Amino acid sequence: MWLVNSSVGRKVVMSVTGIALILFLTFHMAMNLVAVFSERGYNAICEFLGANWYALVGSMGLAALFLIHIIYAVWLTLLNRKARGSERYAVTVRPTTVEWASQNMFVLGLIVVLGIILHLTDFWYHMQFAEIANDMVLAPGGDPADGIALMKITFKNPVFVLLYLVWFGAIWFHLTHGFWSALQTLGWNNQIWIKRWKCISNIYTTILMACFALVVIFFFIKVTFLGASI
Amino acid sequence: MDKNISFTLKIWRQRGPKVPGAFKEYPMKDIPGDTSFLEMMDILNEELINKGEEPVVFDHDCREGICGMCSLYINGYPHGPATAATTCQLYMRRFKDGDVITVEPWRSAAFPIIRDLMVDRGAFDKIIQAGGFISVNTGAPQDANGILISKKVADRAMDAASCIGCGACVAACKNGSAMLFVSSKIAQLNILPQGKVEAGRRVKAMIAKMDELGFGNCTNTRACEAECPKSETIDNIAFLNRDFIVAKLKD
Ligand code: SF4
Ligand code: FES
Repeated sequence: MWLVNSSVGRKVVMSVTGIALILFLTFHMAMNLVAVFSERGYNAICEFLGANWYALVGSMGLAALFLIHIIYAVWLTLLNRKARGSERYAVTVRPTTVEWASQNMFVLGLIVVLGIILHLTDFWYHMQFAEIANDMVLAPGGDPADGIALMKITFKNPVFVLLYLVWFGAIWFHLTHGFWSALQTLGWNNQIWIKRWKCISNIYTTILMACFALVVIFFFIKVTFLGASI
Repeated sequence: MDKNISFTLKIWRQRGPKVPGAFKEYPMKDIPGDTSFLEMMDILNEELINKGEEPVVFDHDCREGICGMCSLYINGYPHGPATAATTCQLYMRRFKDGDVITVEPWRSAAFPIIRDLMVDRGAFDKIIQAGGFISVNTGAPQDANGILISKKVADRAMDAASCIGCGACVAACKNGSAMLFVSSKIAQLNILPQGKVEAGRRVKAMIAKMDELGFGNCTNTRACEAECPKSETIDNIAFLNRDFIVAKLKD
């Protein structure tokens, strides 16, 4: 199977799963933005998704995407280290056209995974999982669809705000390279398109991550300074 | 006239593929700036021979930037700090008096060291043998101008064909990937009507060979195109990816 045993095929798998994950992030970001404008609206979305069959199917698909992306990343990294050989250069220079992120995708990915674990324990565990396990004690105030309450509890704590922002930063770096790189791997690139894709990657990723950050900071300010009730 | 400079060379010495190597320092005195890097290495070797020591082994041939034989990883750059130039086109005026110049061989699992600074780049030949050619039946050769090719296409193919197979792309890549070389060698043929006929077969065979020989997986860091002495670009790699995916989807 060429997606497993050829180098280009393996990269295609990384690209396709990566692009799918970017689309998921976009969807997630749009959902979060609702929370800024309407708390009721946000909780309605939480209610709508919850542990319904379509949300579960979606979550499973998503988990599969993440797993494939991560497993391939580990595998490719190991293969590439082997290809590089055991002897390292004594002196290395990074040419100016080489982005820092492009050479540190794996490390950035690790930070992203840690962030995901944190995020799943903060939110998913108290929402979808609480509903699946039918254990309402886990849910905030006994209501697994009360995402707003969870956001307020979590982002009241500046430590969490900071951790989330660092996490977003890592995703930003990861995506600025990952986005155009995925299209390059799929062959949609040339002298002209590379400039376009790089520009689009930067703008898209920046807007995406800025919106995520905005929601976190919004709730931090709302709870801390504007005295919103939890 | 360039002025003379004195500097210290830190050169990787290794007696054979399996023996561990180490850096050795050689002070160089009064080298004129218009000496090429390889001429400077010749001067060093002459001194070593006169002293009864083993000369430093390094690859070279044409010494005019067309054969792709010279290598050397100089101060962190394959082919040294000059851009779009091979080691043989590098001149000592690029360095300063008192510099320490570190010279290493290409380091990549698929390019085993033969001795000192010389590595075995035979893997590239094997990739070419796998598909880097156009099959023609002898006996009834067509006129070369029988198939018209637009200037744009011919130029594009020519750019890809200017790859000299030096391996600097592999040496520069943190993944030890040979994609810039392989993609240039594929693009130069697949772009042209004569080469298109076998495009799918060629790309599959050459990629399979590349993977088999232990080159890494490209992650688009673009270190290769920054170091390539012939300014090949990752356009070629996108082109290869496209042809490969299309060929595989057709199967
Ligand atoms: S692509 Fe450039 S660096 Fe790589 S082998 Fe060809 S000429 Fe050398
Ligand atoms: S010796 Fe031929 S390219 Fe340098």
